[in-house]
Amino acid sequence: MPDNPQVVLKITDLVKSFDSTKVLKGINLTVGHREVTVIIGPSGCGKSTLLRCLNGLEPIDSGQIELNGQLITAPGTNWSAIRQKIGMVFQNYELFPHLNVIDNILLGPVKVQGRPRQEAIIDAQSWLDRVGLKDRALSFPRQLSGGQKQRVAIVRALCMSPQIMLFDEVTASLDPEMVREVLDVMLNLAKGGLTMLIVTHEMAFARAVADRIIFMDDGHIVETAQPEAFFNNPETERARRFLNIFQFQELERRRA
Amino acid sequence: MFMKAAWLTVSLAFWGLILSLIIGFFCALVRFWRWPVVARLAGIYIELARNTPLMIQLFFLYYGLPRVGLLLEGRTCAIVGLAFLGGGYMAEAFRGGFSAISRSQIEAGLSIGLRRFQLLRYVIFPQAVAVALPAITATAIFLIKETSVFSIVALPDLMYVAKDLLKEGHNNESNLLLVLSYLLIILPVSLFFGRLEKRVRFAGFGD
Repeated sequence: MPDNPQVVLKITDLVKSFDSTKVLKGINLTVGHREVTVIIGPSGCGKSTLLRCLNGLEPIDSGQIELNGQLITAPGTNWSAIRQKIGMVFQNYELFPHLNVIDNILLGPVKVQGRPRQEAIIDAQSWLDRVGLKDRALSFPRQLSGGQKQRVAIVRALCMSPQIMLFDEVTASLDPEMVREVLDVMLNLAKGGLTMLIVTHEMAFARAVADRIIFMDDGHIVETAQPEAFFNNPETERARRFLNIFQFQELERRRA
Repeated sequence: MFMKAAWLTVSLAFWGLILSLIIGFFCALVRFWRWPVVARLAGIYIELARNTPLMIQLFFLYYGLPRVGLLLEGRTCAIVGLAFLGGGYMAEAFRGGFSAISRSQIEAGLSIGLRRFQLLRYVIFPQAVAVALPAITATAIFLIKETSVFSIVALPDLMYVAKDLLKEGHNNESNLLLVLSYLLIILPVSLFFGRLEKRVRFAGFGD
């Protein structure tokens, strides 16, 4: 397990409500350089909201978020600059349907970061190659399968050279046979030392990829543990129940 | 004489359309961004423009405004009138396009660091126009047809000249000529937008 002293992301006492419902009730979390943190928990526990707060898609009520030592929750934060350092991949891919694959990827590096187009293309091509989509640069999103779209979306975020990547249930909309190709890409990124914060319902994947598991319930972090320890012997009753339900669902699926 | 009239109709329609598109786009945009006061004003304008007949709007411009000391010539009246009416309809056409852009598309744009204007330029605008294009086409054709009331502000456009000819007894020829002229003006516009629609549809969606 990497025990790197360099902290990329530090979240302190983060609170967030929608109207009168508190969704995050004081989250404290630190993510180290090259660390892969996986957040799991029941639907509505606040895990997706937590990710969305980190790059400013949701305004927060109170608390602090620091990215590489820089406070990003102060008023007047330049979110465009911050978001370039935080890559995000969504459940429904959200490729831009009117742009082909390469233009989807280049929009950020060229228009936002002002990198020379040729240089960015070389970068994009090499990433596409690595995720197995070398010959898809000129395809439009509608010509791709879900798994291919999601791999392009990952490359689009990576080409901004982010310091951390957020994955928000990125396989939840995929047909089962396409889940694997996306998870394989993420496993490789983890091996390559990318700092990642992943929200997922894929327990086997979580176990395989994580340096650390965060279990959330009802707006709190209930348990933080090494993956083996968490899945074999969860400390809290709440986590045990959650894992039981998942095992039951697995059994159901196999019977069906 | 007929050619000259046709040319007048075309040029008035052209400028009226261009202005309608600009006005309509900005009205739809401020409403999309929900700019506090401006969005409200745009909403009022749209209702006003869409719920009064062009003929009445022209009357107001041509006969009403001079009473408060603002004298507009016929051509200006016609273009302003058409732009006023068209702006309201185009705003609604664009609104349809804007509302088709999902919140998550905007978030995807934001999360790669796009700034407000870039988001509009590269993500929202191309998709909104593609969706709105059929409505824009229909509005454009409707507006060109509306130019046939321009003769009430004493402009020698197609309708005006045709009426003159009718009075002189050239019934059949001038009637036929009138229909043909409008068809000849509108058909190319219709075809042009139709082709454009196919193109952006291919680029945008068109499964």
